[in-house]
Amino acid sequence: MTGLLALLSHWRRHPVQLAMLLLGLSLATALWSGVQAINAEARASYDRAANALGQDRLDRLVRRDGAPIPIATYAELRRAGWQASPVIEGTYSGLRLIGIDPVTLPEQGRPVDVGNLGDVIGTDTVFAAEGTAVPDGLTLQPADLPTGIAVTDIAVAQRLLGGAGISHLVLDPDAARPALPDTLVVQTAQNGTDIARLTDSFHLNLTAFGLLAFAVGLFIVHSAIGLAFEQRRAVFRTLRALGLSARALTGVLLAELLALAIIGGLAGTAMGYGVAAALLPDVAATLRGLYGAEVAGTLAFRPGWWAAGMGIAVAGTLVAAGQSLWRVWTMPLLAPAQPRAWARASARSLRWQAGLGVALMMATVILGLGGTGLFAGFAMLASLLMGAALLLPVLLTAFTAFAQGRAAGVLPQWFWADTRQQLPGLSLALMALLLALAANVGVGTMVASFRLTFTGWLDQRLASELYLTAQDEAQAARIVMWLAPRTDAVLPIWQADTPLLGQRAEVYGVADHPTYRDNWPMIDALPGVWDAVAAGQGVLANEQLYRRAGLRLGDTVTLPGGALPIVGVYSDYGNPNPQVLISTDQLVARFPDVPRLRYGLRVTPDKAAKLAADLRATFDLPVDAVVDNASIKALSLRIFERTFAVTAALNVLTLGVAGLAMFASLLTLSGMRLPQLAPVWAMGLTRRQLAGLEFARTLLLAALTMLAALPLGLGLAWVLLAVVNVAAFGWRLPMHVFPGDWLHLAGLSLLAAAMAAVIPVRRLARMAPTDLLRVFAHER
Amino acid sequence: MNAKALLIALLCATPALPQGFAGLGEATAGFALPEPGRHFDFPADHGAHPEYRIEWWYLTATLTGPDGSDYGAQWTLFRTALAPGGGTGWSDPNLWMGHAAVTSADSHRFAQRLGRGGVGQAGVTAQPFAAWIDDWHMISRASPGADALSALDLQAAGPDFAYALALDATGPLVAQGDNGYSVKSASGQASHYYSQPFYAVTGQITLDGRNIPVTGQAWLDREWSSQPLAPDQTGWDWFSLMFDDGARMMGFRLRDAGAGYTSATWIDADGTATPMPPGALTVTPLDTTPVAGRDIPTEWRVQLPGKALDVTVTALNPQAYMQTLVPYWEGPIHITGSHTGRGYLEMTGY
Repeated sequence: MTGLLALLSHWRRHPVQLAMLLLGLSLATALWSGVQAINAEARASYDRAANALGQDRLDRLVRRDGAPIPIATYAELRRAGWQASPVIEGTYSGLRLIGIDPVTLPEQGRPVDVGNLGDVIGTDTVFAAEGTAVPDGLTLQPADLPTGIAVTDIAVAQRLLGGAGISHLVLDPDAARPALPDTLVVQTAQNGTDIARLTDSFHLNLTAFGLLAFAVGLFIVHSAIGLAFEQRRAVFRTLRALGLSARALTGVLLAELLALAIIGGLAGTAMGYGVAAALLPDVAATLRGLYGAEVAGTLAFRPGWWAAGMGIAVAGTLVAAGQSLWRVWTMPLLAPAQPRAWARASARSLRWQAGLGVALMMATVILGLGGTGLFAGFAMLASLLMGAALLLPVLLTAFTAFAQGRAAGVLPQWFWADTRQQLPGLSLALMALLLALAANVGVGTMVASFRLTFTGWLDQRLASELYLTAQDEAQAARIVMWLAPRTDAVLPIWQADTPLLGQRAEVYGVADHPTYRDNWPMIDALPGVWDAVAAGQGVLANEQLYRRAGLRLGDTVTLPGGALPIVGVYSDYGNPNPQVLISTDQLVARFPDVPRLRYGLRVTPDKAAKLAADLRATFDLPVDAVVDNASIKALSLRIFERTFAVTAALNVLTLGVAGLAMFASLLTLSGMRLPQLAPVWAMGLTRRQLAGLEFARTLLLAALTMLAALPLGLGLAWVLLAVVNVAAFGWRLPMHVFPGDWLHLAGLSLLAAAMAAVIPVRRLARMAPTDLLRVFAHER
Repeated sequence: MNAKALLIALLCATPALPQGFAGLGEATAGFALPEPGRHFDFPADHGAHPEYRIEWWYLTATLTGPDGSDYGAQWTLFRTALAPGGGTGWSDPNLWMGHAAVTSADSHRFAQRLGRGGVGQAGVTAQPFAAWIDDWHMISRASPGADALSALDLQAAGPDFAYALALDATGPLVAQGDNGYSVKSASGQASHYYSQPFYAVTGQITLDGRNIPVTGQAWLDREWSSQPLAPDQTGWDWFSLMFDDGARMMGFRLRDAGAGYTSATWIDADGTATPMPPGALTVTPLDTTPVAGRDIPTEWRVQLPGKALDVTVTALNPQAYMQTLVPYWEGPIHITGSHTGRGYLEMTGY
């Protein structure tokens, strides 16, 4: 007990150190658990959404013309042996109303657990998220459903929606499928894995950031704990000499660490909640916009990640303290109480670091040459970052040695030598800074490259001024007649689905028109590509299909009605599915049933708005049936900006944590460096000059780290663009560099370093001369 | 076969779907109650009686294949009204449940269908007579002037079985109990109940894609009521016996904490029905079989002293268990002793 008190008194005398330790730990935990909270919330939302739209995972029967299915048709289908369950969907008082028949709905298609049929059928029960405002006369039954979706018995839905017919029939996946009347078609289930894959890579992104931030935070914890242990070596020795066993001492220290970890972990998890709550609305908007995945914008309390947050805090603390604990455990009883140069790296450990760093870099190259797939991509990222971090102190040591050799005069020589002397103590913080800066450069480059490519691609792809979706083919035919004299061209955009190389692929028919010949975003093509397509002698494949299946120009793909060679490849960002383009004639010949509803309209741009209005008025079309390309572009870009707003926020936070790591290290060093500074002061340098040199050194190291971070960040961006993106999304983006952003970042990093240095440096500048003198008096 | 009401009652005792399906635990307010003295009105009474809460069309057939193998077939359509009163389209308060099974000495295959009334997925029409749920049906092909149930086509299919049977009555309809008023318990619960126990059957069953021509006999029960059964009644044992001499017997025992309640109707070969007084029938389990984790009596001694009946009935397949929403045992039996023949046994609540 006395031993514990003796050990704890250290923290009372070093409150700043304690604060740094707790701050580092809680920040690391906060970023980690914040990201986890966002991920957990988003995943829970997907699950709810997937359940609500569970019917999407089952095949459906719909009318070919899109009209509601009469009840009589439903009865005929059932009596013919179709195990089909009716669904009526519509919008009612702001809710997306899904009317189901719980009697016939297959288990896999159930959006909610309806409980007893008798409590649902013939009642006015509405299943919806807790707190949903339901119209008068209906009874809310809280259910685990996404906001805005209400599930009722089909009878209620039909009544509320004014006697609507059946929207579609959900098919039992296990039941037989007899012959189908001509008016109906089977709509194959939407494969949920598309969204899952897209959102997964988004979450992977976030998780990687969370881990990075946590690692950076642990650097702080490591340095603070290491310092506290070194400073207490005298106390340890005394306690051991007084009879405290090594086991008891380690136990007490372990208990102390656990207590700190719990405090830091609690604070960190609470802060993580704050981070998540602040970022979640953006994440929700991003996922909704990008992938159509509905995520509630508010955070629910999930005990799971409180536990996970605490766990990672404790584990992180133990990892960070492991080395120090081991030293206490093995410390000889009679070891001198003189503090060793803290964490001084010997030449041997530097060589060891260099060797490992080089090995990791070589692994990166090997992975880059030979590896494929998402795993190889992330393994590459990890080895690149780790290798670079390990090499940084080596490079800085070499640089300072080189500079020292070139330096003229005593003071510069001392400056470089002293800088090198300080490197081991600062190297962890500098590594953290390197990683944070490289992540900034890398992710920034990726985002900016993506944005540039994406906007250019949108311009090419959305070449028609207006896009029209008719409600049925008869209407489409009337509209096309009406449009003929009013437009320059009416281009069919008809689409059919077909299995292609084991995946569901989209087949589009395109007209032979300059709109495509001039604008289509082709990546690679054989000569005369459009003539071949128009003549029905070739297909265009999107990049996703082309890269995933490892195809080459001239390879054939098999479509209904015969195989065709690939004559061109185009970029198709944002689409998870394989896609091919053939001529409209070919499409109609190969897919006679293809719905003929969508058209691109070419008009003089200034007439587009009026034509859209006329179209809607003449044919009584809903607003979204006629869309102009400008608003599609604006929407796409808005979604895009949101996507990366979260990334940017995490970037800034990571940089902030790296800055804190610097601060912690500098603070640690400043206390220990007096024996080195005092002689220089004694030889005539003023405290102000010394402080100035210290400040300059910090900025120099930050600048050097920034310089090292540049190629590393670009490497990171290249891996993200050329490896990870291809594996995750199926497209490869050209890399663009933005030196202006680097300057901005360099400024930021210098600012962070300056802020980290300001307190230690001020302390040095104002240090009482007696403190410096005492160094000579004290033989510690 | 009033005991079938217990099946429905059981439905309401199990959680989730069945409870709602039956809804029998609730008050019967608003539904019509069976009354003594009501006379059957055919063909209207062959159809549905939505003013009553529960109703069924229950057919069991004992069949024989070309190699002498015995089979049994079941076709059942239950109707349950969740609420009294009408309602059209999706608002129709009736739910329908179909059960079908084919039993052989070494296999028992069954299937279940659920549907709601009002939209044509399932239902019963009296004229022309048709009972159906999905692609299962029982349709009259009786000649004009004849009773609609005198000739039926029957069809059902599950994932691993199917059957198509033609039924022709060789005797009249039989009113059970007191002119069709069948009392079910000492406290007076009852149903309207009549049977057609005299079908000759020809047709075909399909097992695992193999078609087997069959012939045999069948028994149809028609019953409707609104009354929940007494809460202390835990299950029942129901027997339909078709003797080689042309006579028939319907008998059941409702089990409770005490001695239970038994009832029987003796039907002569010419269709003359004699209701036996409550308690005249005694049924005694002789042997049990472990089925689905419980012991179920699959050999019985059945005695009706007033008719000099003392027989042993033995299950063709002791594993004839219906793992449906509410599980129960239903399968063909052989009769030996004072009389010989074949029949069907149904047991619930074990």
